[in-house]
Amino acid sequence: MKTLLFLLPVALFAAPPADDNAFLLKGATVHTMAGAPIENGSVLVRNGKIIGVGKNLAAPKDVRVIDAKGMHVYPGMIDSGTEVGLVEINSVNATIDTTEIGKFNPELVALTAVNPESEHIPITRVNGITTVATMPEGQLIAGQVSLMHLAGWTTDEMGVKPRAGLHIIFPSIQAGGRGGFVPDADPGAGAGGRAGYAQQKQALDKEIAELSDFFETARRYKQAKDAKAPLLKPDLKLEAMIPVLEGKEPILVTARREREIRDAITWADKQKVKIILIDAVDAAKVAKEIKAHDIPVILGPTLELPRGADDPYDDSFTAPAELQKAGIRFSFATLTGGANLASRNLPYQAAQAVAFGLPEEAAMMAVTKNAAEIWGVGDQIGTVEEGKWADLLVTDGNPLETKTQIKQLFIKGKPVDMDNKQKELYEKYLNRPADSGK
Amino acid sequence: MKKLLLLALFSSAAFAADAPVLIQNATILTITKGEIKGSILLQNGKIAQIGEKVLAPAGATVIDGAGKYVMPGIIDCHSHIMAEAINEGSVSVSSMVGIEDVLNPEDIAIYRALAGGVTTANILHGSANSIGGKTIVMKMRWGKNADEMKFEGAMPGIKFALGENPKRSNGGGGRAGATPARYPATRMGVEDVIREAFNDAKAYQATWADYNAKAAKGEVAIPPARDLKLESLVEVLEGKRLVHAHCYRQDEILMLLHVADDYGFHIQTLQHVLEGYKVAQEIAQRGTGASTFADWYAYKMEANDAIPYNAAILVRKGVLTSLNSDDAELMRHLDKEAAKAMHYGGLTPTEALSLVTINPAKQLKIDNRVGSLEVGKDADVLLYDGDPLSNFSKVLKVWIDGHEYFDRDQDVEGRPKKESEKKALITKAAAEQRANGGGRGAAPTTGAPNK
Repeated sequence: MKTLLFLLPVALFAAPPADDNAFLLKGATVHTMAGAPIENGSVLVRNGKIIGVGKNLAAPKDVRVIDAKGMHVYPGMIDSGTEVGLVEINSVNATIDTTEIGKFNPELVALTAVNPESEHIPITRVNGITTVATMPEGQLIAGQVSLMHLAGWTTDEMGVKPRAGLHIIFPSIQAGGRGGFVPDADPGAGAGGRAGYAQQKQALDKEIAELSDFFETARRYKQAKDAKAPLLKPDLKLEAMIPVLEGKEPILVTARREREIRDAITWADKQKVKIILIDAVDAAKVAKEIKAHDIPVILGPTLELPRGADDPYDDSFTAPAELQKAGIRFSFATLTGGANLASRNLPYQAAQAVAFGLPEEAAMMAVTKNAAEIWGVGDQIGTVEEGKWADLLVTDGNPLETKTQIKQLFIKGKPVDMDNKQKELYEKYLNRPADSGK
Repeated sequence: MKKLLLLALFSSAAFAADAPVLIQNATILTITKGEIKGSILLQNGKIAQIGEKVLAPAGATVIDGAGKYVMPGIIDCHSHIMAEAINEGSVSVSSMVGIEDVLNPEDIAIYRALAGGVTTANILHGSANSIGGKTIVMKMRWGKNADEMKFEGAMPGIKFALGENPKRSNGGGGRAGATPARYPATRMGVEDVIREAFNDAKAYQATWADYNAKAAKGEVAIPPARDLKLESLVEVLEGKRLVHAHCYRQDEILMLLHVADDYGFHIQTLQHVLEGYKVAQEIAQRGTGASTFADWYAYKMEANDAIPYNAAILVRKGVLTSLNSDDAELMRHLDKEAAKAMHYGGLTPTEALSLVTINPAKQLKIDNRVGSLEVGKDADVLLYDGDPLSNFSKVLKVWIDGHEYFDRDQDVEGRPKKESEKKALITKAAAEQRANGGGRGAAPTTGAPNK
């Protein structure tokens, strides 16, 4: 637990007896994300919560003062989709807990399988990410996404909203190869050994029908339960669907391309359920419908190649700005997996959109306030406001910029250990003597 | 024949006819000679002048660079774009094959890399073999053919690979379609394969030396049979071919350095080298370079001790270090990857940008031509709308040899026309398919990276 309390001259610790669970951050530019930044502002924290934000806050007698002069304070950032905690090493199967067998797994909850001691937690949070939505993956209904803090002794302590959304991977038609397309008229086989459009469309319709059937079964189960039907055997899968059917838990729908997004919206309309689109890279092409339905969008990585060889080189860079212009609520997900465990690059994914037209402020909003609201926890996290968890970053600049250093983090009002395995290895080997063999 | 000649004349004439370009009032990051507020002149394919005030020659295109930044083209020391095949994985030593034989100049990844500021890339064979295939340095001259894209005069290279990749390629345990079982299966075996190959190469070299000596004296001698596999290794022994060795762990890095010491050849660069920070002094002592990722980690077991401070430690301990992509996406933002070496380990802005410009140029021994903005060097130049190390900046224009290969405004303006062309083509193709009773939608592919 090195580098616990950082930038404060010792003298600024107020005289004892101080409340260990309280502090006043003083003298920083406070970017509340709920209004204009407060120059020379202060944030008062007690028992994990923010109890005051303003220009001239006085420290109560028992509250120590942390001088953050010249620094910037931001709310902690939220990665709206990742596998942090569920994967340790991509190529080692024993360390992976993302994907269960079977098409219908609504009863599974990601937080159950999160390893609080995962190295990725301290590695990710030092870049300013204090909360992540960690996601089960799968075929159709993958399980429930858990919103969790990146600090805590146990998963119980980490959980912000363990059942934050039901993850559905919407059925899709795969194009004929990277950059290829399946002509609608193509009755035969597509390129790359994939089935042609007609066959794929048949499979797609069948899967959507299966999905609808499952929802119908869940509805009848709920009816039976509401009617206190005798001898109704509890069914864990259908039980897990009830909050979704009641609109208490959103459905997180992975739908990437235009056709899938349109299909998903049509399906949700029929089912009369609320959805959040995730990884919806073509969302801007369906902006009118998304806006009309007031569907929030979680964008996948901005730093991603265009899907098609003839798509604009910058289509994933400009997508966030286009959504912003269309007035659609959105946030960002790193959707890690594959080669690079990159939840820690969330701020840089958002920043790339700024280079391509998204206002700086909007990018920061997307990874803080908007994300919290999309996940239904806008009353708990996402801004520096009274009553919210004190998830705070103290930085020397805009945390979306790579060159910025994050000096200290607080999660639920507690200073977070800024060390991690990588930093320890850095310090160890930087100091390896030139004559270490002698 | 006449037509061809005429065409050739035209194309070289077109090349020579690039109007001079003068960028004024810009912040010019030369990398090697500091930062200049002023002008840079690109003429006849070269950087002709840099200074506070430069006069525009007749016919020059003048660009107002106020608020903008100019820097040298980015050099990626490890890429697999353009390659239609990556691994000849059936053997442990594949030094007879070369990536230059399978390069697709129409790979869209070239254009995307350009749009991210890359002007030169080292295109490598994959990592399935302890000693892999031959490599080649290419300029991203989008629109030219593969021969015209070659970096003229750049030294050829060869890929080596250590650790999990050459190990795990040893068959699929009887699975259908798996590669046949193959030695080596351990890091011990990888060392042995390399030593055995160089034993053979030395013997082959001696046989030729013996023959050449006899032939020179006019004695009757039978020339030895050519062995293409060993020929490339003799080139390594003679310093005519650069070794780029894929590696991760410190044990295997040291192993390779020892093998090279024993056989008297040089490892030009260690690629990935994610544990290079643990043996930085051993690497530095041998003048070997390191080309690494900014922050990739934990994607496989041997990347578990990867740290984003790797580049910074290597630089601080005197290793010539670069950042590479090995990936068509990462390749598009090597500038932002460079900024990570400031975030992790505190390199200066110039040190950070050197990781993707002058340092890889030195590693590929092309620094007399590219890698910095200096008078007389190739006009491989980028124009940004802000500080290249800021995440809020982007590339606006890219020149290679003074020829403009990327212009963001033109790209954006040209989209509606391309979109309507595409629609017309799809309609036409669909109609033809209907007429022919079906068909296949073929698609271009990009070589999968092999990390």
